[in-house]
Amino acid sequence: MSMTVNGAAVSLPDDPRVSLLDLLREYLHLPGTKKGCNQGACGACTVLVDGERILSCLALAVQFEGRSVTTIEGLGAPGSLHPLQQAFIEHDGFQCGYCTPGQICSAIGMAQEIRRGVPSHVTADLCTETISLSHDELRERMSGNLCRCGAHNGIVDAITEVFAEEDILAEAAE
Amino acid sequence: MTPFTYSRAADTAEAVRRGTIPQARYLGGGTNLVDLMREEIERPDTLVDVTGLSHEIEELPGGGLRIGAGVRNTAVAEHRSVRSRYPALSRAIVSGASAQIRNMATVGGNLLQRTRCAYFYDEAGQCNKRSPGKGCDALEGFNRNHAILGASPACVAVHPSDMCVALVALDASVHLRGSAGVRHIPLTELHRLPGDQPHVETVLDPGELITAIELPPQPFAARSTYRKVRDRSSYAFALVSVAAALQIEDGHIRDVRIALGGVAHRPWRASRAEEVLRGGPVGAIAFAAAADAELADARPLSDNGFKIELARRTIIAVLGNLAGETA
Repeated sequence: MSMTVNGAAVSLPDDPRVSLLDLLREYLHLPGTKKGCNQGACGACTVLVDGERILSCLALAVQFEGRSVTTIEGLGAPGSLHPLQQAFIEHDGFQCGYCTPGQICSAIGMAQEIRRGVPSHVTADLCTETISLSHDELRERMSGNLCRCGAHNGIVDAITEVFAEEDILAEAAE
Repeated sequence: MTPFTYSRAADTAEAVRRGTIPQARYLGGGTNLVDLMREEIERPDTLVDVTGLSHEIEELPGGGLRIGAGVRNTAVAEHRSVRSRYPALSRAIVSGASAQIRNMATVGGNLLQRTRCAYFYDEAGQCNKRSPGKGCDALEGFNRNHAILGASPACVAVHPSDMCVALVALDASVHLRGSAGVRHIPLTELHRLPGDQPHVETVLDPGELITAIELPPQPFAARSTYRKVRDRSSYAFALVSVAAALQIEDGHIRDVRIALGGVAHRPWRASRAEEVLRGGPVGAIAFAAAADAELADARPLSDNGFKIELARRTIIAVLGNLAGETA
């Protein structure tokens, strides 16, 4: 009975009440993932499971046997930051920083959803083959991550910079 | 959180065997149930994880779709056939919750999610859903988000789902499996009005498991949409929502489906409005008459009278948009 967290095998908790968030923070001592509301309203606890963004506070850890979890600690480290981490610094994408790990994991999940063509509430043509990361699309798709400091403009700029460059790379490869 | 045992069911038969005991609950994505357990509103002693079951979206002979109860909400919204043939369903799903929650939540769990009435969550207050017979603090309380249709003196809560509103408009049905066997019912018959037993929210038998929803092939479904009106433009529950589909032939309405969200204890099929429109002319006058017919029995509480006019205008606007598209 195990799962993978940032590439390392870890045992599932014996007590099924343990949330994935508490497993990460209290059992595995990975405090990067934050506990904000603990009821699915703020997005601070967002992590990636097999590449998809989810809320670890509403997830029971025992449900994730065999799954691969990535937290902010698995994305980058001092000296080898993930491009989004670097962009958040350059664009002032945070003040207190509490929502930042969730914002970054969420943005990575979002980029994957856009590549896959998942529509959003603001996608005009549901049947479109390609979705571009417009300002409106980004704001709607990141609405599950609240920032009480109000650093949203910097957050949007950081995400736009990283994934707009990626779009250019993707187009060049086609 | 009250202690419980957890197990993952290998198949639906095993799930139903384990789920048919008094304090057992089926667990989907957990986005509602885990929260309710943390608040000690739900106190199951057994959780049967059914997320590994029925997770396919199948094309049916004749053109319908069968969506397994374990399919995640995102997977339904992004499915090519849903987007092209049942657009109201994609639109409804992506208007609900956040992307993270939609990635977790299952179809079955969405159908059975419970009201977000603040008094249902408030341990200090009275709620007939939480403690049957104790009274309803929402009746005289802050009831801006509450029901205008089908409510009772025992409960004025609304069903929170967006997805269900679209499904009701699209004539969806529900496949169930219980200890007595399988059955297949229209989705409009799954959820109950509150009456004097608001804690009994569905017609499901104890331990009965939703295994799939089925969407029939309907000529009008491809011309369907969903509009949600809420206090902020994203990540909020509906004040009022409308799912509708319109089929126009020779300037007349051949067929129509309308369902409302945010207004009642269940996703509200607007059958009266449909009757007014079916076979009649297209246009703002007909759309207004239909909305008025549906809302004739609407009853405001102290804070939610605005919902009646909001529902009226949203119905008219959505039908107008669909008529413009199909003209």
